[in-house]
Amino acid sequence: MLYTTTSILKLKRDLLKITQILDVESIRKDFPILKREVNGKPLVYFDNGATSQKPQVVIDAITNYYTNENSNIHRGIHTLSQEATNAYEEARKKVQQFINAKHSNEIIFTKGTTDSINLVASSFGKKHLKKGDEIIISTMEHHSNIVPWQMICEEKEAILKVIPINDKGELLMDEFKKLLSPKTKMVAVTHVSNTLGTINPVKEIIAEAHQKGALVLIDGAQAVPHTKVDVQDLDCDFYAFSGHKMFGPTGVGILYGKEAILNNLPPYQGGGDMIKTVTFEKTTYNELPHKFEAGTPNIVGGIGLGVAIDYMNSIGISTIEAYEHELLAYATKQIKQIEGVRIIGEAKNKASVLSFVVDGTHPSDIGMIIDKLGVAIRTGHHCTEPLMNRFNVPGTARASFAFYNNEEEIDIFIAALNRAVTMLK
Amino acid sequence: MTIKETQQEIVEEFALFDEWMDKYEYIIELGKDLPIIDEKYKTDENLIKGCQSKVWLHAELVDAKIIFTADSDAIITKGIVGLVIRVFSGHAPKEIVDADLFFIDQIGLQEHLSPTRSNGLLAMLKQIKMYAIAFQAIK
Repeated sequence: MLYTTTSILKLKRDLLKITQILDVESIRKDFPILKREVNGKPLVYFDNGATSQKPQVVIDAITNYYTNENSNIHRGIHTLSQEATNAYEEARKKVQQFINAKHSNEIIFTKGTTDSINLVASSFGKKHLKKGDEIIISTMEHHSNIVPWQMICEEKEAILKVIPINDKGELLMDEFKKLLSPKTKMVAVTHVSNTLGTINPVKEIIAEAHQKGALVLIDGAQAVPHTKVDVQDLDCDFYAFSGHKMFGPTGVGILYGKEAILNNLPPYQGGGDMIKTVTFEKTTYNELPHKFEAGTPNIVGGIGLGVAIDYMNSIGISTIEAYEHELLAYATKQIKQIEGVRIIGEAKNKASVLSFVVDGTHPSDIGMIIDKLGVAIRTGHHCTEPLMNRFNVPGTARASFAFYNNEEEIDIFIAALNRAVTMLK
Repeated sequence: MTIKETQQEIVEEFALFDEWMDKYEYIIELGKDLPIIDEKYKTDENLIKGCQSKVWLHAELVDAKIIFTADSDAIITKGIVGLVIRVFSGHAPKEIVDADLFFIDQIGLQEHLSPTRSNGLLAMLKQIKMYAIAFQAIK
């Protein structure tokens, strides 16, 4: 048989499909923690929804910063400060490109998703909310995207409205449209549910909200590690996410906001870096993004996040998405073999989160037993108590996957789960 | 049997188990066997809410001794709660106030008392001491 370039390419492609979408074994070597044992067993880390592990390049970047570059950024006259400032601002540009923001000054460094949402709730609420205005969130929000809005609603006597969901864990879009009105000032919804894995139709939500003149904030904490985010294509007004869930350090996060909207918001916190001039009579504020970045920021966090983005780009976000999709499908198929398992969250469009309960057992018992077998999952309400009430469960057990997980680990998890269920029943 | 003696007895029982699995199986059996609280005492007032699981604790003074009953919605927690009740229930308030809790550490279950576990156990132990202090004051 004569092999043409096309046929060889096709063969390669098929082989790739059959074996692996990505070379997971070589990727696993990039994450030193995956080599360790827990309770005498090899670690199976399925708690990626809570936080992801860090590749060596990110760990090295942190060490390197403190070893060679440490200095306070901005306004420094000396070389070290210049270098640190450049590295930090370079990271901002990486974030900008990663989510395809129009300008780098639309990227605000924060402490994390929670901090980003609080910033918007507070600054937006202070200036633009008045009595009787409405804010719409959804049933599947994390407490971080509920409580800041409740707080500002209480202060401003505004009203919080909640989009209901169906039994599969999908937003009821018709109900959402009914909730929208000229009174709606803000719609704040999650891109991907941390508990259910549901990928919400955010683009449609944004378009609908804009038609009524409302702004939209998307909680992207669970989306950025798994799927391509393009804020210009989405046309969202704000997009919030955390570094530590996307293979970067803890304590750093991002708030993206459209330039014109951010310019029209008052500062969140006062302090150094966010000012232009200060007198005891009057302070004028700095330009974006510094206006929202009071005090010495998490410099090493920002730099580490930039490196994490480089690392994700080296694999390719579409490859990550395709691979995790396969993992989720495999895990879902396997877990359904276990008697009494009920999956919580069966949306058609789902990211790599597998939440479940087992009849006659408590999620925390399952979590404790399989931890002894080296498997790390999360149990409880996942900071989504209203959602747990909606499904009428005290909590769930949740396995959440990253691209460094593999099928072998899923087999270990399923075996551990079987053992736990046998013990508990 | 004193509080100390009961704890020593439990430590001896657990010494029989080499593997954590056997230990957990035993605790689960304890949890399954014990109806340790009257349904009418499973009230919000008696509820100690952990992040992971719930514990109910009820206390009453009978003949100068505190009778504790308790329950949990998670079976491992319930088993450990059962052991704690076995240690403390039926003793005078002063004995409970003065008691030193050592058996959980010695049987290798100290991780269940870590604040991060937030299963209500740690709060339950505090509550037991609080009841003892309160009943002592009444007397």
